[in-house]
Amino acid sequence: MMYYSRIKLLSVAAVCLLGALLCVPNFVRKPAASIPWPEIHLGLDLRGGSYLLLQVDLSSLTHDRLQSLSDSLRQSLISANLGYRNIAINPDKAEITFQPRDPSEKDRDLKVLEDLPRTVSNEFSVTTRPDDTIAITLDSGAMRVRTHDAVSQAIEIVRRRIDATGAVDPQITRQGEDRIVVELPGISDPERVKALLGTTAKMTFRLVDELPPGTLIAPPGDTLLPLSDHPDSTLAVHNHVDVDGVNLTNAGATTDDQTGGWAVSFSLDSVGTRAFGDVTQANVGRRFAIVLDNKIIEAPVIRTAITGGSGIITGNFDAHQATDLALLLRAGALPVPLTVVEERSIGPSLGADSIRAGALSLLVGFVLVIIFMALFYGRFGWYANVALFANLVLMLAILSLFGATLTLPGMAGMLLTLGMAVDANILIIERIREELKRGRTPLAAMQAGFERATATVLDSNATAFLAHVMLFVFGTGPVRGFALTITIGIATTLFSTLLLSRMLMVRWYALTRPSTLPV
Amino acid sequence: MFGRPLLRFVRKDTHINFMRGRFVGLATSAVLSLASVILFFHPGLTLGLDFRGGIVVEAKTNGPADFGKIRTALTAHNLKTDGVQAFGGPDDVLIRLGANEQTNTNAVVDEVRHAITEAQPGATIVRADAVGASVSAELFRNGLLALGISLLMILGYIWFRFEWEFALSAVVTLVLDLTKTVGFLVLTHFEFDLVMVAAILTILGYSTNDKVVVYDRIRENLRRYRTMPLRELLDLSINETLSRTLGTSTTVFLAALPLAFFGGASLSGFAWVMLFGIVVGTSSSIFIAAPLLLLLGEKRLRKDTRPAVKQEI
Repeated sequence: MMYYSRIKLLSVAAVCLLGALLCVPNFVRKPAASIPWPEIHLGLDLRGGSYLLLQVDLSSLTHDRLQSLSDSLRQSLISANLGYRNIAINPDKAEITFQPRDPSEKDRDLKVLEDLPRTVSNEFSVTTRPDDTIAITLDSGAMRVRTHDAVSQAIEIVRRRIDATGAVDPQITRQGEDRIVVELPGISDPERVKALLGTTAKMTFRLVDELPPGTLIAPPGDTLLPLSDHPDSTLAVHNHVDVDGVNLTNAGATTDDQTGGWAVSFSLDSVGTRAFGDVTQANVGRRFAIVLDNKIIEAPVIRTAITGGSGIITGNFDAHQATDLALLLRAGALPVPLTVVEERSIGPSLGADSIRAGALSLLVGFVLVIIFMALFYGRFGWYANVALFANLVLMLAILSLFGATLTLPGMAGMLLTLGMAVDANILIIERIREELKRGRTPLAAMQAGFERATATVLDSNATAFLAHVMLFVFGTGPVRGFALTITIGIATTLFSTLLLSRMLMVRWYALTRPSTLPV
Repeated sequence: MFGRPLLRFVRKDTHINFMRGRFVGLATSAVLSLASVILFFHPGLTLGLDFRGGIVVEAKTNGPADFGKIRTALTAHNLKTDGVQAFGGPDDVLIRLGANEQTNTNAVVDEVRHAITEAQPGATIVRADAVGASVSAELFRNGLLALGISLLMILGYIWFRFEWEFALSAVVTLVLDLTKTVGFLVLTHFEFDLVMVAAILTILGYSTNDKVVVYDRIRENLRRYRTMPLRELLDLSINETLSRTLGTSTTVFLAALPLAFFGGASLSGFAWVMLFGIVVGTSSSIFIAAPLLLLLGEKRLRKDTRPAVKQEI
């Protein structure tokens, strides 16, 4: 207890030195790109920027799948010459129900259902109810797989879109089952990014069904869609998609030679080119609608067959809209709609203020604690102060090593850790005082102090540790930074007090052999 | 200063009879906590943006802010605000809007941005936060969950390390501390948000730490003085740990103090709650935790000279 081997002494010193070394990158500019330079990252609240929480609309995923399933169900039944009644989609229960035209056809209906295409095996189950209703229910496990894929795909698309805006250092991460977190350092007005992410950008080319003016209900197989310029007027377009936006290979903002206005040029892959050629050839003189997210951008008349696989869209765009639409088309459509449910934007001036506030508090707090320890605990208090400084250095070192993010609450966490870290030293010193009072020799008192205090120190830190792990698990954003720094701080505190400051006290005793202790 | 300490909290041999004041202490604590519970229900906590949902936009105008103009612009954009306030300097404007299930908070926050820059050209948006109603409900639930689970884990830990009387008195004391902190929040109108949950959890952790040290000493003394009556033994243990309890509380207090003054809007509330919690936690270690132990364990803890089961490491 009162003796430290050379190896132990050296390793404690080495840890402290290593800690100091790891802190260096935070204060020195990176000399060359190839050298690893572990730094503490500043949180958005300190450097300014935007935090966006996106909610994936899962119900639309279920709804879309039910819709397409019911479409193929209809087609399969018709081509098998079977009738149906009361076909209905029930998104809440994730099921489609219908009744056979005649109970005798039930078995053949079920046979048709067996052959329906499934995107994954066991995607849905078929049950027959007592009143002859046949129900097709999507399997929740299969839907989970689809959801997971859809969110992963959405993250990819989000990344492509944000990269295309030229944002520096964006962080895009999944949160839970149906959320995506987007962090954009340096962007304090994320309006454009939000607009880009809030657009699904599902583009289709479909033929227009020319109806007599004033028709309010679309005939079967058609849908009435609003024009993006005039939301009040609608056009009926075929549900059948002739060319899908998936087949786009490129898009760019350009100007229209005829009108001089902004337009978006696009080119299609071989599948799209063939489909586009076939449709335009067979339908010269008809109108061909370009539909984006269920709104008609434009519906030009087909003059000649277009076989080159490229064209331009001339909506009423301004330069920004044309650029953004081209960007969206290039990045691809989102598999599910996203909505921004939380936004936190911090301007650069507030971030700089926060850094100043945090640093000033840290400095003043540190000095106050040091003065207090010196006044109330003398020589041993100074050893505690040395350990305290080492503690701060080690905390910064670990944060840099993991490239952790420092937030303003994180700085508060550091300060509180420093306030609590001396507790272990106070426990030890107070214990030594007591043991001296009981008449022990200095050596025996120090020994007893270290021994008894260790268990107490471990106990008291364990409870604080538990509370902050919970905070880390359930907290979000800057608060997690607070929990993280305190948790790291507890670990460094154990090192700096149980090993470092104690070693200083023991070495001092070994060197001077005092007859009384300065407590 | 570099040798012997210059100052001391207590004389070398204090023998304050804390147990004599146990009923006064418990009664005072109970009354304060009861008052806090009443305050919690009426008028209730001021929920922060995290838990309430809605929008807060902070702007800095170019020159002194013209509030009339800003209000007019907001109305022109069909925005119903909960308040357009000044704070800090004459060019600082704070705009709040409530959450609404129907409206899309994220579109509204952009409208607010436009309205401000129209009304006051050259104004910069310092901060813009928008939290949807579904998210705020979830954050609130998670915040309470973190608090609840932490309490349970602390209970479990103390139970594992000490006898159940200790665990129970510790958690009852913590709950008493917690309710008073809530009462403090209601009275001071500090916004209750995730950062406050962090403050409360820190207070819980710190306060437990304090109790563990006192309990540790009680357990040690239970083994050392096998015949001493529990009441006397508790008094002795508190007196022995008094200097340490005050010392540690002071350092944490000193560390939190600059945050209260220099921490800025986002941290000063946090720091004041911490300071309050430190005072409450320290006094409850002395006046509540041990007396509760006396009530709960008077018969059991001092019944016999049973062997010390949970030996100290």
